[in-house]
Amino acid sequence: MSDATANGATGAAGNTGRGAAARLSVLKTYKLFVGGKFPRSESGRVYEVADSKGNWLANAPLSSRKDARDAVVAARKAFPGWSGATAYNRGQILYRVAEMLEGRREQFTAEVAAAEGLSKAKAAARVDAAVDRWVWYAGWSDKVAQIAGAANPVAGPYFNLSTPGPTGVVAVLAPDTSSFLGLVSVIAPVIVTGNTAVVVASERAPLPALSLGEVLATSDLPGGVVNILSGRTAEIAAPLAAHQDVNAIDLAGADAALAKELETAAADNLKRVLRPQAGTDWAADPGTERLLAFLETKTVWHPMGV
Amino acid sequence: MTDPQTLDTSQDTPQHPEDTQPVDKQPAQQAPRGAFAYAPAPESRSVVAIAPSYGHFIDGEFREAAGGKVFTTVSPSTEEVLSEVALGGPEDVDAAVAAARRAFGPWSALPGAERAKYLFRIARIIQERSRELAVLESLDNGKPIRESRDTDLPLAAAHFFYYAGWADKLAYAGYGADPKPLGVAGQVIPWNFPLLMLAWKIAPALATGNTVVLKPAETTPLSALFFADICRQAGLPRGVVNIVTGDGAAGAALVAHPDVRKVAFTGSTGVGKAIARTVAGTDKKLTLELGGKAANIVYDDAPVDQAVEGIVNGIFFNQGHVCCAGSRLLVQESVAEEVLDALKRRMATLRVGDPLDKNTDVGAINSPEQLARIRELADAGEREGAERWSPSCELPASGYWFAPTLFTGVTQAHRIAREEIFGPVLSVLTFRTPAEAVEKANNTPYGLSAGIWTEKGSRILWTAEKLRAGVVWANTFNKFDPASPFGGYKESGYGREGGRHGLEAYLDV
Repeated sequence: MSDATANGATGAAGNTGRGAAARLSVLKTYKLFVGGKFPRSESGRVYEVADSKGNWLANAPLSSRKDARDAVVAARKAFPGWSGATAYNRGQILYRVAEMLEGRREQFTAEVAAAEGLSKAKAAARVDAAVDRWVWYAGWSDKVAQIAGAANPVAGPYFNLSTPGPTGVVAVLAPDTSSFLGLVSVIAPVIVTGNTAVVVASERAPLPALSLGEVLATSDLPGGVVNILSGRTAEIAAPLAAHQDVNAIDLAGADAALAKELETAAADNLKRVLRPQAGTDWAADPGTERLLAFLETKTVWHPMGV
Repeated sequence: MTDPQTLDTSQDTPQHPEDTQPVDKQPAQQAPRGAFAYAPAPESRSVVAIAPSYGHFIDGEFREAAGGKVFTTVSPSTEEVLSEVALGGPEDVDAAVAAARRAFGPWSALPGAERAKYLFRIARIIQERSRELAVLESLDNGKPIRESRDTDLPLAAAHFFYYAGWADKLAYAGYGADPKPLGVAGQVIPWNFPLLMLAWKIAPALATGNTVVLKPAETTPLSALFFADICRQAGLPRGVVNIVTGDGAAGAALVAHPDVRKVAFTGSTGVGKAIARTVAGTDKKLTLELGGKAANIVYDDAPVDQAVEGIVNGIFFNQGHVCCAGSRLLVQESVAEEVLDALKRRMATLRVGDPLDKNTDVGAINSPEQLARIRELADAGEREGAERWSPSCELPASGYWFAPTLFTGVTQAHRIAREEIFGPVLSVLTFRTPAEAVEKANNTPYGLSAGIWTEKGSRILWTAEKLRAGVVWANTFNKFDPASPFGGYKESGYGREGGRHGLEAYLDV
């Protein structure tokens, strides 16, 4: 792809100025990713997505509250199977996602360059970092229980083990500051441990997220494990934060005022809340914070004796 | 720890030599009531001297409430007024938080090994004074002396011992090379295990270098005030531990205080939600230990006598004032009749009465308000069509009492199957398949604990994996240990107390 634009949709320039032989490019209709399928928004609405210079790139679905609720239903439905899969299996599938991402490196580089106004080289570096991060998290699937679990030496004849398990359905507000590396950094830690996710893409730059859905759909990831919505973050996040069947929310993409509002709503069913941290460097080593934030510790006791 | 086994120990082997005190080894087979008319064996209350009034413990000294207000604390078994304590308000909370802030710098700067020594001292003094504290706890709370003596006190001391040892090993806890304390911790605890909940909150907070302001429950403030004296005896620096007594208003002021960096709460889910809203949008770290509606699942191959002991222990321990109480019995249909018959026989042997009598199994309900709530829910159970049963049992004339109660014919829609009763009331449901058991067990907004009774190991592991609960007891129930993380899923709150996991709540990680 030679153009700086993300998807071959060069807008008004696409059909002029290249001489008579210029090919009319095929524009992409971006769609949501819900339950393993690619629906349009139930609302029938779209909004214009522009590159960093304000040039029109594409129309993205403007998700409604109903889309958010549908996504939660899909995520809940996928939870038993995904959380019940072996850690090895989940790790394999996450690694498969990385393989598919690598194959679409050029596409994502172009999308990231357009979204964030970066040179091609810098955008490529971010995409590489995102693929590497995805691989890093893939490797955590069968290790997290060993570092976050415990064999507890209780004062009695009991076999007593604590193991981490997924919290459930996690709503994820992707950061606005990093359309792809930031996005991957908030999705991978949530799902690698067996949670399912409803992701609200960056409002300003949703296209890399919507394209990620296409990668996930072809990576053996069961439908519904990751659901991706685009639109107005505040509008989609409100019903997610208040939803009785959402177990946790990652507020990475919320500003301070919205974060407070959502955290207050999340108290209603005692959702686990990961607060946003201003100035997060998405390129830095993420550590285990996001991984551990969406785990519950289950402790099982059994008597020992003969 | 001493086993918190209250009523019998036949479901497990004895854990320690000292645990082998004489207990009924076999549930009586239709024993006449007379067989259990033991002579009273009262514990002496002369071992505890309760002052007529107490102030807040702030900056190492007792002081009156800023507003000069007081309230009384009564013994729920006799309605006798035990003492009068300060009624705290925002000014008292301000003073306590300020004292804790002043103390934070030097306390957090102490080498871990030195902080550890203070905690070891506290643990030792609790052990030395455990008889006094057990009697005090039974007087103020209404719980049987056997439980305060054998469960609350040994476990409270054990928590200080356990976390004392972490103070100089934090670099190895898995939270980074040099994890930092947060600052002033505001802690609000309930009335069901007053001293034990204090230990769960204060021990990890101090071990990690935080200072604390603790508000004990309105109906059970005394053991926290006695703990203040233990801090004095241990030579703990002023301001490291502060106790503000009062009602919900003092708790709310503490939670909302801008200089409190960490909030820890154990109590009702309703209050927990209000606290989560208060803390929203701040950088306060929050852990909540809230309600539960635990399922105790009895499969058809369970050893019936052991299961019955576990069921009884699960729901009648501490009068059912236990957030992780096994309040929903899920019994496989094919053995339901047999299990219920055995359960009723066993319940008929429970001795309800004077908490200070060492023979007592079930003590007093903590307060008239709680008694009213239990009655309301039990009445709702009858109104909604469940069948109510209690053993014939004579309740004392004064004080707050509720007979051990069993409901059969309960469905998932009944209030007694959905709402936390926090009293000695067991709701019995049946199931046919393991999948149905798991589905019913998980059909609750709570997720604190669960029990599984079966001889088949693979069934235990399958069931435990499927249950959405923070603590799963298999072939046992209501076991606690400072080395073992405790806490819930879903609306039972967030965070874990106990074990390595319990450190996280008090560290900047």
